[in-house]
Amino acid sequence: MTNNNSGGLGRLVAPVITIVVLLALFFLVARPLDSFFRSTVCINDLPGCLVDSGVNPDLARFVSIFIGVLVTATFPLLITILLIWVERKFAARIQDRIGPNRVGPLGLIQPLADVLKLLGKEDITPAGADKWIYNSSPVIMVMSVLLIWAVVPFSPYHVGVDLEIGALYFVAVASIGTLAVIMAGWASNNKYALLGAFRVVAQLISYEVPLAISLLVPVMLAGSMSMVGIVEAQAGMWFVFMSPVAAFLFFISSQAETGRAPFDLLEAESELVAGYNIEYSGMKFAMFFAGEFMHVFTNGVLMAVLFTGGYYGPFVLDAPLLGVFYLLAKASFWYLISLWMRNALPRVRIDQLMAFNWKFLVPLSIVNLLMISFLLKVVQEIGIAPDPENAQNFIANIPQTIVLLLGNAVLIAGVLNVIRNQGRQARLEDEVGGFTRPDTLPSMPESAPAGD
Amino acid sequence: MDVVVGGFTAEAFAFGFLTILTLGGAIGVVANRNLVRGAVWLMISLFGVAGFFVLLSAPFLAAVQILVYIGAIGILITFAVMLTRSMTNLEERFNRQWWLGAAASLFLFLFLLFAVIIPYWGEVADPPAVVGTTTDLGVALVSGDQFVLPFEVASLLLTAAMIGAIVIAREDE
Repeated sequence: MTNNNSGGLGRLVAPVITIVVLLALFFLVARPLDSFFRSTVCINDLPGCLVDSGVNPDLARFVSIFIGVLVTATFPLLITILLIWVERKFAARIQDRIGPNRVGPLGLIQPLADVLKLLGKEDITPAGADKWIYNSSPVIMVMSVLLIWAVVPFSPYHVGVDLEIGALYFVAVASIGTLAVIMAGWASNNKYALLGAFRVVAQLISYEVPLAISLLVPVMLAGSMSMVGIVEAQAGMWFVFMSPVAAFLFFISSQAETGRAPFDLLEAESELVAGYNIEYSGMKFAMFFAGEFMHVFTNGVLMAVLFTGGYYGPFVLDAPLLGVFYLLAKASFWYLISLWMRNALPRVRIDQLMAFNWKFLVPLSIVNLLMISFLLKVVQEIGIAPDPENAQNFIANIPQTIVLLLGNAVLIAGVLNVIRNQGRQARLEDEVGGFTRPDTLPSMPESAPAGD
Repeated sequence: MDVVVGGFTAEAFAFGFLTILTLGGAIGVVANRNLVRGAVWLMISLFGVAGFFVLLSAPFLAAVQILVYIGAIGILITFAVMLTRSMTNLEERFNRQWWLGAAASLFLFLFLLFAVIIPYWGEVADPPAVVGTTTDLGVALVSGDQFVLPFEVASLLLTAAMIGAIVIAREDE
């Protein structure tokens, strides 16, 4: 009690001061660091440097691409180690616990200890398992998430590859994750694993529909499927202000794609023991979990790139390395919201999950898409859309944003009204019937009315 | 851009690798008795085809290939096979229609042989020098003087199929 009263404000002040100091430090360092990166030939122009040292030009090119791939693929894996700590601390705080606090300062080294523990565990392949499929599915799981990072623009100058079809590439690559789960479930030769896999197919494929449709909105607003193009189109105004409904839909359905609470039916501990990964142990099990942790943060990164301006922030054009900081800060914001959802919301039932997707998210996303495309055309016709020259200007974007925002507000009001009427209808039926509505699964027959 | 190692360009290496992937996967599909494994081999083969699209500078088709064929159809096949447990371990290597399958594949092989390898019906045209971009493809699908009619007919067909599936699956109440 005394702890809370005396330390409440002090606890808040310390992290804020730390963040401000870190920001200032980062900004002080980023500029010289960036000019160092650009001036130093050997880092910015590795192939040229290697050629000067007498290496075959083709080999030099290959080496530089290889290093780029290695860095892009290692970065999310390294972040994941820290994320596990963040997740555990965050969950602990929500549940009024302290969380990991023994290994290292604030328990920071705990994830490393966990990795060591997992490496030491016995690597089991169950009898009757399909060895090839069983062993390859954790790899495919991690791969499907890692591949997304190839198209993420970290700063104006640092992007793995700027694909013309970046957004479509993301959807295509993410769909491979479903395959990994179903392969793991089948190859384990375990009925709980298979049941988990069956649920996955229904859930992940269903939620891919609103995910892809809401992804079309930023693509349409930017007029480009390239991730770099989408970020650059947000120089003047973030897309989340033009289309909050699409951002909401994308966030919800991407949370469902990760298979986490409240959408964690594929591993529902109380029903399926552990779901599709029940037979996995040691590092193979860890790879599934690394894939999941990474997927959650990757969704944060995608939210940042698609809806909240990616690497854009103050002074980013002077010191492009700041862009990496802005991107990760925005991603962390969405990541923390997703952790909050995970820890605060109860798990939904399978019929609720399906009804929520097919009767709410999908129709809403289709109506939203039609509305945005109609309004965009209207805005262009009456001539208040920003010209291509001043599209980077904040002021020039305001009229278009207001029109789109009003459209979104009307849509939200309509949806709320529909939900209210449905709720009213349901309550009315309850009162008239004189009994509580049975919560039956759709496939089950209606239970007998309470007549006896 | 052209990296040459030992007389082969990088493109030739990629082509060879993708060919192994595609053909190896296809052989895996027909040679495997386990249908789930067959489905996985099929996906490997389709992945190789997606790689060919990349080599042909058609990234849109490559992404669609992965999304539709691996992400949707492949998983649907796997799912259907899993639901029919008795199908996962087949003892018989041939069924009664083996001769029909052999005839169909032979016919297709001869057709491709006469059309492409021996240009019997006229020379194979050189690919156009201008490579169409994804934007060109998108415009072509919706512009009035190009492919808007087939595009709309296809969408109508898919809608009809979807409604039909819902009607068939619907429980009688």
